[in-house]
Amino acid sequence: MTEKYVLRVNGNEHPVADGWLGESLLFVLRERLGFPGAKGGCEQGECGSCSVLVDGTLVCACLVLAAAAIDSEIVTIEGLQPNERGAMSDVQRAFVESGAVQCGFCTPGLIMAVHALLERDATPTDLAIREAISGNLCRCTGYGRILDAVEVTVSARRDVPQ
Amino acid sequence: MTVDIGTRAPGGIGQRAIRPDGIAKVRGEFSFAGDLWAEDMLWGQALRSPHASARIRSIDITPALAINGVQAVLTADDVPCNRYGLEHRDQPVLADDIVRYAGEPVAAVAADHPDIARRACAAIVVDYEILDPLVDPERAGDAPDIHPDGNVFRDLVIRRGDPQVRGPIVVEGTYEIGMQDQAFMGPEAGLASPAGDGGVDLVVSTQWLHNDRDQVAECLGLPPELVRLSLGGVGGAFGAREDVSLHIHACLLATRTGRPVKIVYSRAESFLGHVHRHPARIWMRHTAHPDGEIVSFESRILLDGGAYRSSSFHVTANAACFAAGPYRVPNAHVHAVAVRTNNPPCGAMRGFGVVQSCFAHEAQMDRLADACGVDPIELRLRNALAPGDELLTGQRIDGTLPVADVIRKCAAMPLPPAPEADVLARPGGAGRTADTEDVRRGIGFAVGFKNLMYAEGYMDGSIARCRIDDGIVTITCAAAEVGQGFVTLVQQIARTVLGVDDVIVAPADTTIGSAGSTSASRQTMMSGGAVEKACRAAWTELVTRAGGGAVDVAALTAMVPVDVTEEFHHRLTHPLDDNGQGDAHVSFACAAHRAVVDVDPELGLVRVVHLATAQDVGKILNPLQVTGQIEGGIAQGVGLAVMEELIVENGRVRNASFTDYLIPTALDSPTVSSVLIEEPEPGAPFGAKGVGEPPTISSTPAIVAAIRAATGAACTRVPVRPRDIAPGDVAP
Amino acid sequence: MPVIVPDSLDAALAALAAHPGATVLAGGTDLMVEVNDGRRSLAQVVAVSRVPELAGVRVVGDRVVIGAATPFAQLEAGTVADLVPALAYAARTVGSPQIRNAATIGGNLATASPAGDSLPVLVALGANVESAGPNGRRVIPIADFFTGPKRSALQPGELVTAVHVPVLRGHQDYLKVGVRNAMVIAVASLAIAVDLDARRIGVGLGSVGPTPLAAPDACAWIAARANWRDDGFEVSEADALEFGARVAAAAQPIDDHRGTAQYRRHAVGVIARRALRRCAA
Repeated sequence: MTEKYVLRVNGNEHPVADGWLGESLLFVLRERLGFPGAKGGCEQGECGSCSVLVDGTLVCACLVLAAAAIDSEIVTIEGLQPNERGAMSDVQRAFVESGAVQCGFCTPGLIMAVHALLERDATPTDLAIREAISGNLCRCTGYGRILDAVEVTVSARRDVPQ
Repeated sequence: MTVDIGTRAPGGIGQRAIRPDGIAKVRGEFSFAGDLWAEDMLWGQALRSPHASARIRSIDITPALAINGVQAVLTADDVPCNRYGLEHRDQPVLADDIVRYAGEPVAAVAADHPDIARRACAAIVVDYEILDPLVDPERAGDAPDIHPDGNVFRDLVIRRGDPQVRGPIVVEGTYEIGMQDQAFMGPEAGLASPAGDGGVDLVVSTQWLHNDRDQVAECLGLPPELVRLSLGGVGGAFGAREDVSLHIHACLLATRTGRPVKIVYSRAESFLGHVHRHPARIWMRHTAHPDGEIVSFESRILLDGGAYRSSSFHVTANAACFAAGPYRVPNAHVHAVAVRTNNPPCGAMRGFGVVQSCFAHEAQMDRLADACGVDPIELRLRNALAPGDELLTGQRIDGTLPVADVIRKCAAMPLPPAPEADVLARPGGAGRTADTEDVRRGIGFAVGFKNLMYAEGYMDGSIARCRIDDGIVTITCAAAEVGQGFVTLVQQIARTVLGVDDVIVAPADTTIGSAGSTSASRQTMMSGGAVEKACRAAWTELVTRAGGGAVDVAALTAMVPVDVTEEFHHRLTHPLDDNGQGDAHVSFACAAHRAVVDVDPELGLVRVVHLATAQDVGKILNPLQVTGQIEGGIAQGVGLAVMEELIVENGRVRNASFTDYLIPTALDSPTVSSVLIEEPEPGAPFGAKGVGEPPTISSTPAIVAAIRAATGAACTRVPVRPRDIAPGDVAP
Repeated sequence: MPVIVPDSLDAALAALAAHPGATVLAGGTDLMVEVNDGRRSLAQVVAVSRVPELAGVRVVGDRVVIGAATPFAQLEAGTVADLVPALAYAARTVGSPQIRNAATIGGNLATASPAGDSLPVLVALGANVESAGPNGRRVIPIADFFTGPKRSALQPGELVTAVHVPVLRGHQDYLKVGVRNAMVIAVASLAIAVDLDARRIGVGLGSVGPTPLAAPDACAWIAARANWRDDGFEVSEADALEFGARVAAAAQPIDDHRGTAQYRRHAVGVIARRALRRCAA
């Protein structure tokens, strides 16, 4: 009944000793490997709260079968800034300072989505930003401050080349 | 790029102070209730009735108990006191022999793994005698009682002036509001741990720790001191966490098994597991002089409260008291009824009864403007309430209420530009359904107002504690932070009153007294007021200690801390009499909205382009957070206008998932421009008003008015569905 | 080993043969929804997203061959956008960016939902589905592929390996009606593809029947009415309107919580007319 496998998460190997076959990557990250940053909001890939990077692409961890995610590089919100305590990426800081965080449940997934966006498009238009985060539902903010946070980040990166 | 932000965050009242939990939230380190974990923890799960109305002949739990890993299975007999409820204990923790709504909990299971718990629930054999559900609220009053308390939660009449007086212009209409859901992102979650003293500790996402605590204690047959609740991180609320959900189940399972029990709802269960906004049917008739001045107003309001009472009693009052909107009405007759049916239970959702009335009265005002040949904005200005005027209840407005000002300022805001040529900017978006020639733009306007705080004589209060120890300020208050930013406000108040920078906000739990519910736009006044009062009392103590010298907070508290606890109350209110008259409310806030929509009239698809708003905020305590409340509230208004409805057929919810209960994505949300009107409210801390609800109230009717302008469709129902604009029974 | 991750098509087929009833896992965006909901329990899984023969987009003669394991995100741009733009348009409407990064065209076919976003395009273009199974490899014309709601002609142990899409000279488009501007299941959808060389117009309909549908009568009718040139065609407004009505007549919509049959029929007629208008422009 139980599965043994190893996942590579945030650059390190994490063995799963007694996983169940049907467990999603989201469940395994949160309940077995100690990475509760990705959140479960819908179990259907409709809310984006569980967004992580698998082999560099943004996916919903709730729709990834954990036991089949072996040999993949998985990056979670905890993997964005693993080192100094309290440190933040520019995207994270912009979210805090722009008022883009209210309850915060959608926030980790959104941060991942924005990082993924800016990785492939350094100067997205407003519509392109909206499309890139259209898979991340937020119920608190109405997205206004979130869009602002992304624009602030884009401007700052333009002024200070990465 | 890595940046350290450190621990200092500047900002007193009026500043863009950043929230103290922001860093943890963006790093994924903030602990929501669903993130909790305890050694030896079990997973709890409820079994819910699939039927809207049924008698339970028998329940056989033995197949569930036989499953390896199942630690407990509970039914009604296991509940020491099997009645709970927000205001009135009319609801079983686990159904006795009757189920009254599809989704009602019937049994609860604790098991080693959530999958086992789910399978155990599926294995329980419940023998239901399925009954014909009462699902039509129009029939509820005459139908046999489906509950010993009867089928009517409240029947309220407001009579003002002479309802026989009529003006020559008559406009009437019937309006329908569908069932909206709060749909917060963080599903219900909590962890209950049995304590050594025979009590239980519950960490839970909620809006009101103490009311929950009282219900848990009663149902478990424990004295309140043995039930300790603390606030787990809350993933949004909007009214859906006012009522108890998993709390009693988790505590029962924990005390039964002797182990911590965690319950986390799936999204589908969440849709069934909390109250929704009352669906409503509203008839209104306005009469007026030819120049548009309102002469009389009549309304019948029917609210479907579903199977249990929750807060229906007070939602009814709100819908009735604010039925006519922010306008002078000399003669009125309002009859509002909330009924019990076998539909899903309804209760608090941001706007609390006024959302429904506002949709109706603003549609009426546009019709009235049309009938009188008066500009719709001019008509509203002509009738606008002002301080000194009386409400439908006869109460004189003695605080601030700048209705005319919000109307004028909102109407004066610049219109958005024409849409971009990008297909994503048109209705239908990436679905490519419309070319520019298929799109019509419409503009609509609406105004609303609502009470802040509770009403009708309710003795509300909030308690806060200010402790200063060796210069370190710690504020304790049990007010539930649900995302709105109360924790930021706490720091801002303390910084302003005490002149310090660093303020620790202690975790919220039941060791301190009640702060009341995070609802009714009340926390800014009530708990902000309590925090201010406690800080001012602390300041007074510091000044005394300084003996006329400068106040050095650290020095003055180096040996002996300052530790004061204060309670804040608002001024007295009174019940409504048999004619619905009385000084029932504390304070009011208004807002105006102007919506610009692009519509594809042939397909009935809508893009909400822009919302301009002017809102009466009293005083801006934190501009960033006010903007957040306005934009977030407007998004919920957009949802109700064009896409959100729980579809209930014969008592069963057909779309309990985010696949089919659609809330706005970033591609559906308008840009928002806002103007904040500051007329300080007397008696309110810093003169500030709660800002959470007005954005959800008049945004919906403004959007629907814009759709009407673009299409000519009557749109007397929300949410407006494509077929309401383009029924498809007429050739294009 | 309950989860087999084969590294070749032969290994995948062998695994399926060795484990009858095994669940095929590609992007997981349909399967995991069922697993998470408790509606599907897994015993044996064959995960095919790394099988090299199922990957990639290549041009072979006058066809674009799309590997079954290709995620929709890769169909939004590049070769597919250039040569089969209707498929790129459809790909952009699948779910969300997260879903598009995982969901595969092979999965869309195998799930065979009448609301599958890519399927009307494949119908309109007359695509062929290439499959492999215990009885060998075969090609299934799209017209024979869908046998009922969420049912396909695939046999047990048979995998979609690729879809062969004709490259046509002529305009094509995809229109999807949904209540929300993102992440929405189609209430009605339509793909249209013009073949200027054969002077034919193909249409595929989604969410208006038990399977994705074609509208052969309407298409034959309008092709005969059109004023064809080498580089395009013209139709009168009246004929465009009539085309919409005829396409609507070919639909078999039902009432459900997403829309009424009446609205769906109306909507499909409107988008058919508009799609034709765009092709004729």
